[in-house]
Amino acid sequence: MNTKPAQNPEFAIEFRDVSYEIRDARNEKIDLARERSIVSHISLAISHSETLVLLGRSGSGKTTLLKLINRMLAPSQGQVLVEGRATTDCDAIRLRRGIGYVIQEAGLFPHFTVAQNIALVPSLEKWDHARTVARVEELLRLVGLNPAEFSSRKPRELSGGQRQRVGVARALAADPPILLMDEPFGALDPVTRAELQREFSALASRLKKTIVFVTHDIREALLLASRIALMEAGRLVAVAPPQDFLTHAHPEVQAFTNCLDTPTGGSQ
Amino acid sequence: MSPWHFFAEHRNEILAATFDHLTLVLIAMSIAIAIAVPLGMFIVQRRTLSSIALGITSVFQTIPSLALFGFLIPIPFIGGIGRRTAIVALVLYALLPILRNTYVGLTGVDRSILEAAEAMGMTNAQILLRVRFPLALSVILAGIRTATVITIGVATIAAAIGAGGLGTFIFRGVAMVNDAVILAGAIPAALLAIAADILLGQIERRLKVL
Ligand SMILES: Nc1ncnc2c1ncn2[C@@H]1O[C@H](COP(=O)(O)OP(=O)(O)OP(=O)(O)O)[C@@H](O)[C@H]1O
Ligand SMILES: [Mg+2]
Repeated sequence: MNTKPAQNPEFAIEFRDVSYEIRDARNEKIDLARERSIVSHISLAISHSETLVLLGRSGSGKTTLLKLINRMLAPSQGQVLVEGRATTDCDAIRLRRGIGYVIQEAGLFPHFTVAQNIALVPSLEKWDHARTVARVEELLRLVGLNPAEFSSRKPRELSGGQRQRVGVARALAADPPILLMDEPFGALDPVTRAELQREFSALASRLKKTIVFVTHDIREALLLASRIALMEAGRLVAVAPPQDFLTHAHPEVQAFTNCLDTPTGGSQ
Repeated sequence: MSPWHFFAEHRNEILAATFDHLTLVLIAMSIAIAIAVPLGMFIVQRRTLSSIALGITSVFQTIPSLALFGFLIPIPFIGGIGRRTAIVALVLYALLPILRNTYVGLTGVDRSILEAAEAMGMTNAQILLRVRFPLALSVILAGIRTATVITIGVATIAAAIGAGGLGTFIFRGVAMVNDAVILAGAIPAALLAIAADILLGQIERRLKVL
């Protein structure tokens, strides 16, 4: 398994003119099965160890872009390269085991304990027992959960914030060089959310992983990103580091930065 | 003659018939489970095959039980008079509730859980066996419970083709116009059904994850 980014490829992840379309089944008879673009003509290169935040409104195609990276979706056009290789040339299962994924609603397995959830990829990779146990403990501490207290709980016995932490620990289990996070702090109260964001940014700078982080919250984007990529209706309309992002001229950028002026809004 | 008197006098005979009835049901249920659960797992991700399989099994269900026994008698190998034909008919009846619940249970697993499993790099087989199946178990068991209760009832009719069991008393009682004899078959059958329902219901509740 590739545990360290290879030296040769220039970028950890690269989109080369990628489009993803689906046949809209509902309109089949009216429109002769017209193709609907979910994302179109995306070109984007993500460097090693950077935290790229994908920002955009609901339905703008952020999750779709993430799924194109670990080949849960295959591009209809163009290429997605991971560590220099087109995802369509890789074995999908191997590719996915080398990429951590934190899903939008945590997606923990309800029939597994916290420890079993975290140990999922190690168990698929047939790690020995002692190594797995040690790794689970290490990760629980890393995400701020006491192993003695939480290891044997079931997901239903956790709060939303604790579930998200377990989701992050599970994604990190096999120490993948790339981490995809789909609104990991989406369903949390503002206080817990701010707390997790702070912990996460500390963690991210320590772990040196390539992270693609999806959010629709501009404050979160500004706080965590090394670069922000803004999506609008399936297109990439702006890519810039946080300090330049605020002054970007695109109207969709302005729509987002305008949220910063309202004193109460922003995190919803 | 009062029913109690008849029961006391024929105690051994009733017990033997109950035992026969139970083994008939157990054999039929074991075969039906061994067919329907793997079949359900096989058809989960095959849309056309699943509607075909569910369609065929529901047709069996709509045939009146006495007619189904009748249809089977002339068929070579599986037909004829006796237990074997009865078991075939009971299996055909039990298939639908088990198959349908297996299918519904396996396909009803929350999308975000399935997506997480896929994203972690689980293969389809691993997702089926380690995620879908354990999460569907209580629903599958609910199907087995329904099928068991149905089978215990339908098995009384198997006596009509010489398969034995508690139906023997019922048919004899009907022929003799004797309520006590009918009850000697009907009461133990009802008790068996209730007991199976309670027992399986308890296991089902224990398997429920959420
Ligand atoms: N399987 C699908 N079938 C049809 N439409 C789809 C499918 N998957 C996504 N879409 C559509 O594609 C668009 C982009 O979806 P996507 O999930 O990528 O959005 P998102 O930016 O992640 O939104 P959110 O912030 O709400 O999660 C949406 O309009 C959605 O309705
Ligand atoms: Mg999304």
